[in-house]
Amino acid sequence: MKLKVKEVEFSYASVPVLKDVCIELAESEMLGVVGPNGAGKSTLIRCIDQILVPQKGNILLDNRDIKEMRLMELAKKVGYIPQSTSQIFPATVFDTVLMGRRPHLGWRSSEKDTGKVLEMLQLLNIEEFAMRDINELSGGQQQKVFIARALTQEPDVLLLDEPTSNLDIRHQLEVMDIKKNIVREKELSAIMAIHDLNLASRYADRIIMMNSGEIFSAGDPVSVLTPDNIKRVYGVEAEVNNNNGKPYIVPIRPVRQNGNDGRS
Amino acid sequence: MTSSTETISGIGTERAEIKAQYKKFIGRKILFIISSLILIFIIAGVAATLGSYPITVTEVYSIIFHGLFQNAGTNKEIAVWNLRLPRILMGISAGVGLAIAGTMMQGILRNPLASPFTLGIASGAGFGAALAIILGAGVVAGEYLIIGNAFIFALIPTFVIIGLTRYKRATPETMILAGIAMLYIFSAATTLIQYFAEPEAVKAVVFWMVGSLGKASWDAILPVSIVLAVCVPLLMWKSWDVNVMGAGDETAKSLGVNIERTRITVMIIASLLAAAIISFTGAIGFIGLVAPHMCRMVIGGDNRFLIPASGLFGAALLLVADTIARTIIAPVILPVGVITAFMGGPLFLYLIMRRRREYW
Repeated sequence: MKLKVKEVEFSYASVPVLKDVCIELAESEMLGVVGPNGAGKSTLIRCIDQILVPQKGNILLDNRDIKEMRLMELAKKVGYIPQSTSQIFPATVFDTVLMGRRPHLGWRSSEKDTGKVLEMLQLLNIEEFAMRDINELSGGQQQKVFIARALTQEPDVLLLDEPTSNLDIRHQLEVMDIKKNIVREKELSAIMAIHDLNLASRYADRIIMMNSGEIFSAGDPVSVLTPDNIKRVYGVEAEVNNNNGKPYIVPIRPVRQNGNDGRS
Repeated sequence: MTSSTETISGIGTERAEIKAQYKKFIGRKILFIISSLILIFIIAGVAATLGSYPITVTEVYSIIFHGLFQNAGTNKEIAVWNLRLPRILMGISAGVGLAIAGTMMQGILRNPLASPFTLGIASGAGFGAALAIILGAGVVAGEYLIIGNAFIFALIPTFVIIGLTRYKRATPETMILAGIAMLYIFSAATTLIQYFAEPEAVKAVVFWMVGSLGKASWDAILPVSIVLAVCVPLLMWKSWDVNVMGAGDETAKSLGVNIERTRITVMIIASLLAAAIISFTGAIGFIGLVAPHMCRMVIGGDNRFLIPASGLFGAALLLVADTIARTIIAPVILPVGVITAFMGGPLFLYLIMRRRREYW
């Protein structure tokens, strides 16, 4: 196992957000985390990268507890891809991607770092934007820049926080295809928090469905994305069709909320 | 991926092209830094010729050069070495320090309005000076009463802000709001003691608060330059981490930067720098806010280049302002703080109107 999350609990000001979460992630695996708003998807992602520190439980990376790692050491192994930019002051795409070398370099950046940046810009096909300001790019282009930055970290695990929520359908597919290919080719493991159940079904090897901070169901897309699970977790009546072996979800209507055990 | 279908040579030229563009961008930043440095030398040369005693530019340079080896003898030498040069050097130090302090405060707080003023440092110093001038009381006694008092009170807002972060996370919002609260508290306290003070003392406080280089002397330059020599390299060393923090707290953390510790460390160093200068010159406004923004417009946001660039540019700006302050209604010398605000305000408005986007 590449990554193990063991009995992790996290609360914001004593409101529990994650309760006894256990996850295992294999090498070259793409794990999708789905669930309604507030289910704890993003919190889980942030705990794995020590952006938030869980109050209980352990997270093991290659059998080492990440709590015992220094931040820089963890940054060489785990890459985080945010949803959107919060850059206020100007930064070129090149410099943004170069930031990914921070865990590896001292004060000066070397030819090797520059080379890495160029390699990743080319891999993601964003060379033409290299000298543009990151804030001038569209959401889809920004996602590619963040993927490039995370890859220049040379991590083993990629964490994706709602990677598609700001994108049009073309960019959704493009960005997800790139990620899928990278996970395959570079033998990375990836965990993505994602809202779109159909994208999750299509791109994730395995899916975890969360509800109120707990894992409600886990397994391959077919066994997790069932009408019953969707009804109980989301409170939505849905039709699940078979689309080339992958479930395709058509939401129909919200269920009336009387004694619905999905949202205690 | 589409790029993998391209020919190898095609990729090679593309890479070389980006590399060349990147080198050119860095070249532009270095050029800006060198130009600012040359500008300082030219303005300093001109500034040293101005005043009641006429001296030409070439004379000034030769007097400065000779003065390095022997004591000032003639009247011209005394005017340059004992009056004009300290004022110019103080102007340069103050410009460098205030601009760099502003750059870093904006960087760590990710806020374009952060400066030694908005974080309460200037109003803290103002209260300390007012206390010393009006009540003759202070933490430090003797000749340096005003300076020492201003310095210590200037640091109080910073320590209050940092103290708060023990109870609440050190987010930019918390720190800026706490800074503004300190600004108001110290301004009110200053007004209160002015209300009960003698008119002469009130006038002295008001003059002190505007900020001027009139009190510059070799004795003042020594401590200020020591603080600069310690703080500026430390801030340069943190420039990478501050760059990464510009991408947001979560991204910075995921790239291995301890954001809260960096934020507090940089805040302390930048505050020390600003406090040391303001306690000698009074609160010279706008340099710490405007110089970093103007430099960002030209060379971008990479702090490794932005720190030296805005420092030197800030120094040039302050020298120009002081030269205007000395000549505009000569023989009356205006306090430089008035000119920086008068010059900086409209300039800043123009830049805001001219910018293309919501950011530089």
